Amino acid sequence: MSAMVELRGVHKSFGPLHVLRGVDLDVPRGQVLVVLGPSGSGKSTLLRTINHLEKVDRGSVRVDGRLLGYRQVGERLHELPEREVLRQRTQIGFVFQSFNLFPHLTVRQNLMEAPLSAQRRPRAEVEPLAERLLARVGLADKADAYPRTLSGGQQQRVAIARALALEPKLLLFDEPTSALDPELVGEVLDVIKGLARAGTTMIVVTHEIGFAREVADAVAFMDAGRVVELGPPAQILDAPAHERTRAFLAKVL
Amino acid sequence: MTLPEVEAPARQEARRPLEVVTARHPLRWLAAAGVLVVLAMAASALITNPAWEWEVVGQYLFAPSVVRSVLLTLELTALGIGLGFALGTVLALMRLSPNRLLSSVAFGYVWLFRSVPLILQLLFWYNLALLYPRLSVGVPFGPEFFDFGTMDLVGPLTAAVLGLALHQAAYAAEIVRGGLLSVDAGQREAAAALGLPPGRRLLRIILPQAMRTIVPNAGNEIIGLVKGTSVVYIMALPELFYQVQVIYNRNGRVMALLLVAALWYLALTTVLSIAQHYVERHYGKGRA
Ligand SMILES: Nc1ncnc2c1ncn2[C@@H]1O[C@H](COP(=O)(O)OP(=O)(O)O)[C@@H](O)[C@H]1O
Ligand SMILES: [Mg+2]
Repeated sequence: MSAMVELRGVHKSFGPLHVLRGVDLDVPRGQVLVVLGPSGSGKSTLLRTINHLEKVDRGSVRVDGRLLGYRQVGERLHELPEREVLRQRTQIGFVFQSFNLFPHLTVRQNLMEAPLSAQRRPRAEVEPLAERLLARVGLADKADAYPRTLSGGQQQRVAIARALALEPKLLLFDEPTSALDPELVGEVLDVIKGLARAGTTMIVVTHEIGFAREVADAVAFMDAGRVVELGPPAQILDAPAHERTRAFLAKVL
Repeated sequence: MTLPEVEAPARQEARRPLEVVTARHPLRWLAAAGVLVVLAMAASALITNPAWEWEVVGQYLFAPSVVRSVLLTLELTALGIGLGFALGTVLALMRLSPNRLLSSVAFGYVWLFRSVPLILQLLFWYNLALLYPRLSVGVPFGPEFFDFGTMDLVGPLTAAVLGLALHQAAYAAEIVRGGLLSVDAGQREAAAALGLPPGRRLLRIILPQAMRTIVPNAGNEIIGLVKGTSVVYIMALPELFYQVQVIYNRNGRVMALLLVAALWYLALTTVLSIAQHYVERHYGKGRA
């Protein structure tokens, strides 16, 4: 069976800035990949190409064996119509550093929006799903609250529940705890650990080394738009082969 | 080593919480008294001077012709704002489109219709028949499907609504664009990442949040237009301002009738301001 995520030679530039310089990456089904790397190394851009929030300039992104955002005709990739891209995105959950909950909607409405309007599932089915997911992230009593009334940790747990509401094959986390007060980091990481135990395929960009050691099946270290090294957590975190990885770990540990 | 003994607070303070005495503001009181005197003088000037002719004001305030003119003023405002903001929203979306032609056309529209005084625009529409005696619908430079006499199609009322709405659209476009830009980019991203269709993203996620900046500005525009409709008097449309002129030209009670108009404008804007308060509260949901 193919990997859940397959990146081959992915390049991406913003004007003159060459941000991704040929990234190859495989994430097998049910595994957790943690991506480490200094600020500006292209981690967010990498995640954003995986759900086609950012178009790649060269190379290919496959999720569950299917090309993302494009259709291959011979040696060319043709961009898919937006409707198709949106359908593909509903199979990939994305959790942002700054939560990005919809502030004018209640927690319940935040959760129900995408299943109702992107997946066109019946309300009778989506409502209990929202309740279940809120219970799963420990916020069953906050369904009717507005996001502003919640703590950062609670907001991020709602954002995770919102991503799960699409019942995605793959979850992407972009520094999910970086905007949180230190005492709130644990509750969010606990939710992510629970998902990992349940066998969800995930890519998590984070600076939490302890979390990487405990949860990751593989750790990738990125620098200057490339994956510098990739391997099991013990190898990358305790015996890095590259000087740049060592320098980075010395700073964050 | 011993620390120096800290002096114990006075016994009384320890037992009873301290009382707070508010500071006095004698100058504030003086200013308030001064304002009161000026207000009283203004009231007396309005009430006691017989030149205002309050009984004439009372007589005309609810006269059928005046009430009808108020309804026309409201109709012009509603159509001007409704059509203006509908077109303005389309222009704002065009302006923000990545397509260069669409955004340039929107930019050009706003430039043109904001630059030419409203009164000139109204006269252009009013006199459209001079430029194009007949209007037709068809392929540009090609065959025509429908054909109308301009005079039949664009009467004074249509010309007025057209003029007000097209002018308003230029301002509305900027207000709506500002509102859309005020919404955090993360909201657009989250909506896109969840796979929401573009129309839904706009109507359910972006616009309701943009409304927080749009509504106060739109409120200004509506109130501006209630009074601004008075310029259509040049087209002899019997809206409020034209109507009171007609009446005072007949009976010579200039001040009283201007006061009638002023009172109506006051009433209309008051109602609108109250409505604005509730609309703002609605779109403020979920915010502190
Ligand atoms: N939309 C964009 N336009 C221009 N430059 C961008 C954009 N997004 C990211 N960049 C630039 O790309 C580089 C990598 O950014 P990013 O992927 O966010 O790095 P990281 O998440 O590792 O900190 C940075 O220099 C950033 O300024
Ligand atoms: Mg980043």
